[in-house]
Amino acid sequence: MDKLLKRIIAVISSLRLTVVCLAIAMVLVFVGTLAQVDEGLYQAQNRYFKSLWIWWSPGNATFKIPVFPGGYLVGGVLLVNLIAAHIKRFELSRKKIGIFIIHSGLILLLLGQLFTDLLSTESALQFTEGNSKAYSEDFHANEVVLIDQTDAQQDRVIAVPERLIASQKDVTLPSSSFNLRVKNYWPNTDLLKEAAEGAVASGATEDVGKAVFVRSKPLTAKMDERNLPAAVVEVQAGQKSLGSWLISPLLRKQTFRHENKEYEIGFRFARHYMPFSLSLIDAQFDEYQGTAIPKNYSSRVRVENPRTGEDRQVLIKMNEPLRYGGLTFFQFQMSTNRVGPLSSTLQVVRNPSWLTPYISCVMVGLGLMVQFLSHLVGFIKRRSTTA
Amino acid sequence: MNKFTRALPWILVAIFAGWVISAFRPPKEQGFRLSEFGKLPVLLEGRVQPLDSVGRNTLLQIRTKQTVLLDDGRTSMPAVEWVAETMMKPDVADTRKIFRIDHPEVLSLLKLPEKQKYYSLNEIKGSIAELQKQTDRIVKIDDKLRTPFERQVMKLANGLMLYNRLKNSLKHETTEDFAKELDDYRKVIQPGVAAVRAQQSGQEFSQQAFDEILEYLSRYDFMARFSYPLLIPPSNPEKARDAWENMGASLMAVVKGGEVHPAAAYYAAMSTAYAKGEAAEFNRKLLEYRSWLREQKLNVELAKGRKEFLFNTLEAFYKATGIYLMAFLFGALSWFKMSPTLRRTGVALAWLAFVVHTTGLIYRMHLEGRPPVTNLYSSAIFVGWGAVLLALILERFYRDGIGVVTGAAVGFTTQIIAHNLALDGDTMIMLRAVLDTNFWLATHVVVITLGYASMFVAGFLAILYIFRGVFTSTLSSGMGKSLQRMVYGIMCFATLFSFVGTILGGIWADQSWGRFWGWDPKENGALLIVLWAATWLHARWGGLLKERGLMCAAVFGNIVTSFSWFGVNMLGIGLHSYGFMDAAFKWLMAFVASQLLIMALGMLPKHFWRSFRPPPPGAKASGTPEPALLTEAKA
Repeated sequence: MDKLLKRIIAVISSLRLTVVCLAIAMVLVFVGTLAQVDEGLYQAQNRYFKSLWIWWSPGNATFKIPVFPGGYLVGGVLLVNLIAAHIKRFELSRKKIGIFIIHSGLILLLLGQLFTDLLSTESALQFTEGNSKAYSEDFHANEVVLIDQTDAQQDRVIAVPERLIASQKDVTLPSSSFNLRVKNYWPNTDLLKEAAEGAVASGATEDVGKAVFVRSKPLTAKMDERNLPAAVVEVQAGQKSLGSWLISPLLRKQTFRHENKEYEIGFRFARHYMPFSLSLIDAQFDEYQGTAIPKNYSSRVRVENPRTGEDRQVLIKMNEPLRYGGLTFFQFQMSTNRVGPLSSTLQVVRNPSWLTPYISCVMVGLGLMVQFLSHLVGFIKRRSTTA
Repeated sequence: MNKFTRALPWILVAIFAGWVISAFRPPKEQGFRLSEFGKLPVLLEGRVQPLDSVGRNTLLQIRTKQTVLLDDGRTSMPAVEWVAETMMKPDVADTRKIFRIDHPEVLSLLKLPEKQKYYSLNEIKGSIAELQKQTDRIVKIDDKLRTPFERQVMKLANGLMLYNRLKNSLKHETTEDFAKELDDYRKVIQPGVAAVRAQQSGQEFSQQAFDEILEYLSRYDFMARFSYPLLIPPSNPEKARDAWENMGASLMAVVKGGEVHPAAAYYAAMSTAYAKGEAAEFNRKLLEYRSWLREQKLNVELAKGRKEFLFNTLEAFYKATGIYLMAFLFGALSWFKMSPTLRRTGVALAWLAFVVHTTGLIYRMHLEGRPPVTNLYSSAIFVGWGAVLLALILERFYRDGIGVVTGAAVGFTTQIIAHNLALDGDTMIMLRAVLDTNFWLATHVVVITLGYASMFVAGFLAILYIFRGVFTSTLSSGMGKSLQRMVYGIMCFATLFSFVGTILGGIWADQSWGRFWGWDPKENGALLIVLWAATWLHARWGGLLKERGLMCAAVFGNIVTSFSWFGVNMLGIGLHSYGFMDAAFKWLMAFVASQLLIMALGMLPKHFWRSFRPPPPGAKASGTPEPALLTEAKA
């Protein structure tokens, strides 16, 4: 038993395992990069890098088999290997100090990226000049919402993630008297005003959706597009049906009344609310004279935080984000339409471990320098004595 | 003999240095002072540049050369002369053979003879309608899906477009006496504007004045829409330094009140004098225009024009390429002749080329006001520079000709790559907003490019090892060991630069997009280099690969690096993409194939190698004597 344990430790701390993992990582990165051409960055990233295994189903088969280790597995094994090797061979000597710093930095980097993957969120905040917003919208996720608008001061929002709708089951809305029955769901659509090839009547009985035709589209993998789902849902109060609505991020606001209360129903980009608001005061967009090359984009933004009483202006530019309230706001896109007020999009990121790469970069750089310079100095010294 | 051999390196360095410096000799110009004309500042691609640069970059795009070969087949016309002729004497320019057409089907489409490589506008003119028909169809096709024929058609169409734009930048191409035209225009403005106003408010108006002004305006409108460089400097430079205008727009604006812009009048006078062959008048107006620019406090722009003109005539990178080639030949010869003189000559020439290369690099940085690498073109220049520096340092330590051959070869190759990348046009193009940060350009980009350079040096050293080992008997085991040590040392640098560069790139991304790592193709390319360098180092430390295996692995590093440098740009996706380059793709594939072939050579069993054979009994060991370094312990 002791022998077996020793052998296992020997394997997981071995240099051979390091080399094998690094080689596998190379194949993985290479294949994952090429795959982006067809699958798009987001898909390929989830399939190859943010996974334990890469799954593959032969032909039309419904089952999947793991064919290659994914990013989490390779990264995880490397991390274990790294830590094991250090515990086993740890000795603090002048000769090894560089190696030690390098690998500690690497451990920090890998752990930091793991936490980033698990904890960080990215969303977009789009507003036009003069607008104010206290939420950002997710790049990928959508949600079905039922909003009680009775209170003039505050809306009560019940949000249901898209995946529950996608399963096409009945959804009981918590803390309300409503049920949703999903009658139809399309993950990506065009909505048309007239019948056309490939388009079907929505089948909704209420509001704008009655006259709309839905054309289903394959899921998009392009960087600059997102899927626009649609669903037909029947709203039930107790046993009574109130009618069915076509809902989609493409449609205008739809409301209904029930028991003297006004409700809004919709399918929208999932929102992340912030305890403060941003308003766009002025957006700037310049091109170099006589060209279409963007020279500079910037947004002058007013931050209002009712909790702290803060009210101030900041300028958000390319490469100069605003870090505030645990979030970072980056200048992301700008409407290039020069007629009317400009609209600006900020990327909003929450990433508690954003500092780790900074620290690990310094550590690894320093370690490599110490290690290689000591080699170099030794080499030159020896040469000058032998020459 | 002895004296001569000792002096040989210095004689050659003096000759080549003289060649480089000859650029500073003022040109012998009788008649038109076109080199002065070529220094005039204009605005194009968002930056102030001399007319000479406009000419060179336009010619590069349509003719793939910076000069025009005249019909006699021997004399070549410099870009500045061509640009002057095109703008001021377009009917003569139409006879110059400047459009390069290689594809036989394009030639047969345009009914052109196949014997030439370059054709003039007059030769193509008859088939313009046919060309237009084709381009109308091809424009709708995604450029990645176009056939070689379609690409060549589009390339020709773009060339024609550029040429036509340049022709209408100073004056309308049909105008013969531009100075007189402007005088006439001045006269019709007042009555013309009055006529138009009257016509619009429904009053009686002079039809003749109305028609005349509209005739002028339609000509200038055509110029405004077509013109290429913006010739008219800002009227109020203190306030709006970038507010350059094109000639057509400036002339059209006169009807809104005001005068013809003085710059327009100077250009018109120069143009008329040039067309009439009056050199003295042309030169006088040129000097007047220059002093007018100075009075307008446009000194910075004038200086920019002058400096960039000198940079263009210096052709530092082109000359460095030639000298690298000579250095390579001397270095390689020194191994076969075992001659220290040849090696010393190679080293001296390589240093000269390096100095010229460095001068060009610093000059370019000064002109752009930027760190050395701002685009793919300048990355090639800088990869070469870093590689030569590393290799020359190696040469100082080992003094065995390996460093000089490596440096000269990588320097030469990267310059050729840069030259081909320059065919896309201006290489000092302005940086789009997200890249507009000298801090990150100076750190991330420089460091990562040095990483590429060191990977290539390591890879090339390994190639030398394999070639010398397989094909010659000059690779002694001592030489092999010292090569391995060099590769190891360079690999350490490559790891340091690639890792730090990659992480800095991540930090830049974190600063500008909010994520440290996004699995973007360019990021992945950089990561591949880091992973490969780490694999190589660990395989060496763990003894998993021995000398020849390590060498083959270092050659593989060339493939990884070239994928990261160019391959990822060809995927055509991601935030970093520079655009699709199909010709480059073929070259990349050829390069990858050649490296695989070299690796296969390196893996041949030892008895196929001409080196490392046991010496025949009684004979002395072949190859160079083992250097003292062998005593050095394994690092």
